[in-house]
Amino acid sequence: MASNEEILAGLAEIVNEETGLAPEAVELDKSFTEDLDIDSISMMTIVVNAEEKFGVRIPDEEVKNLKTVGDAVSFIAGAQA
Amino acid sequence: MTRKVVITGLGATTPIGGDVPTMWSNALKGVSGARTLEDDWVAKYELPVHFAARCSTPALDVLSRVEAKRMDPSTQFGVIAAREAWADSGITEFDKDRLAVAFATGIGGVWTLLDAWDTLKEKGPRRVLPMTVPMLMPNGVAAAVSLDLGARAGAHTPVSACASGTEAMHLGLELIRSGKADVVMCGGAEAAIHPMPLAAFASMQALSRRNDDPQGASRPYDTGRDGFVMGEGAGALVLEAEEHALARGARIYGELAGTSVTADAYHITAPDPEGLGATRALKAAMFDGRIQAEDVVHVNAHATSTPVGDKPEYTALRAALGNHVDNVAVSATKSQMGHLLGASGAVEAVLTVLAVYDRKAPVTINLENQDPEIPLDVVTSARDLPAGNIVALSNSFGFGGHNAVVAVRSV
Repeated sequence: MASNEEILAGLAEIVNEETGLAPEAVELDKSFTEDLDIDSISMMTIVVNAEEKFGVRIPDEEVKNLKTVGDAVSFIAGAQA
Repeated sequence: MTRKVVITGLGATTPIGGDVPTMWSNALKGVSGARTLEDDWVAKYELPVHFAARCSTPALDVLSRVEAKRMDPSTQFGVIAAREAWADSGITEFDKDRLAVAFATGIGGVWTLLDAWDTLKEKGPRRVLPMTVPMLMPNGVAAAVSLDLGARAGAHTPVSACASGTEAMHLGLELIRSGKADVVMCGGAEAAIHPMPLAAFASMQALSRRNDDPQGASRPYDTGRDGFVMGEGAGALVLEAEEHALARGARIYGELAGTSVTADAYHITAPDPEGLGATRALKAAMFDGRIQAEDVVHVNAHATSTPVGDKPEYTALRAALGNHVDNVAVSATKSQMGHLLGASGAVEAVLTVLAVYDRKAPVTINLENQDPEIPLDVVTSARDLPAGNIVALSNSFGFGGHNAVVAVRSV
């Protein structure tokens, strides 16, 4: 079980690997599309990498609800519980 | 009045140099880019061939990690070469709607395709990357180059096996002559040093098995030749309507005077032993460029170093050039860098343009006992080409019976 801080750090690492964005730019209130300029293909890659890293399943229909980094952290935390 | 087309930018990444100046300097010296493969898959799959000619500069030394992640290795090489050619052309202001791309590949995204297949089998469909399709598609390299430059007058991908790169030049010339574009980024890219293509080419007896001497393995015209050496990389050339180049005061390397494409319709892989399709291609390119046999001083031959391939090209050269072929300096540069498949025509076009511009013919290495049935004047140490108006030809032939020729004239 990872804490929210650990999930955020792990997610930031995945985003950095995929897009080159600095990990510290990946903050809870940031929107994936508006603020971080992540397109749908990158988003799917990030989702699949997050599933593997955190041992959770993020259904395709759920991905569109993950608008901000915080949404993703909450979802992963909930899925791990 | 046909529009005249000139070459104003060159780029390459190859087994004998990661950029044009390095490649050209090595091509005039005569070096081999072939090496024993250190990959564990050589032993794992018991490949009969243990060597190849990898690019001397890895793509990741040039591209950023994030950039490279979204490109198949073949596209990585293509983008590297295209960027060099574009910078070399000095074009800064241009109409994006008048810039086209004609960037070829022979095989395309084979690494991406087979990696994705492995992932599917080992980890399931969820782990197959969403970028898989755009990375494996053969037009991936033309699309990436178009995106990179903002080229909007069409992005084309001629595919004709090992004639692809030369066919891209043919298409580029037509695009400018017909008025569809003023500038075309032409080229070819390939990255197929993967165990499956190596096994497949070996299976058809196309590859040299000289495992104990990789650097001596590619030996066009030599009696000891036993197949080609797999290479990889990309070449790129900026073609430009002459009036467009003159208007911006560009440095002009030479004129792309004529091109041609023919098909043997003889056999799916074997060359026509009489070289008839190749002869027609040579004659058509010369006719297209209003070139007399006596104008031709240099040929960059296809010459892959296979036992059956090298001779029909000689037959075709003699048929097209007559006895003047005895006065022509012939270079078989695959002796140095191996066979870059769909990129070979583009890289060899770069070498041919430089030969005309610098008036020097590059070196053919490993020619120890010239096949008496191929009495060409083969350049074995760098040789000066004459002053005055000169023409050089570059030939490419591909499985499927494809023949393509480009003719470059000095300016």
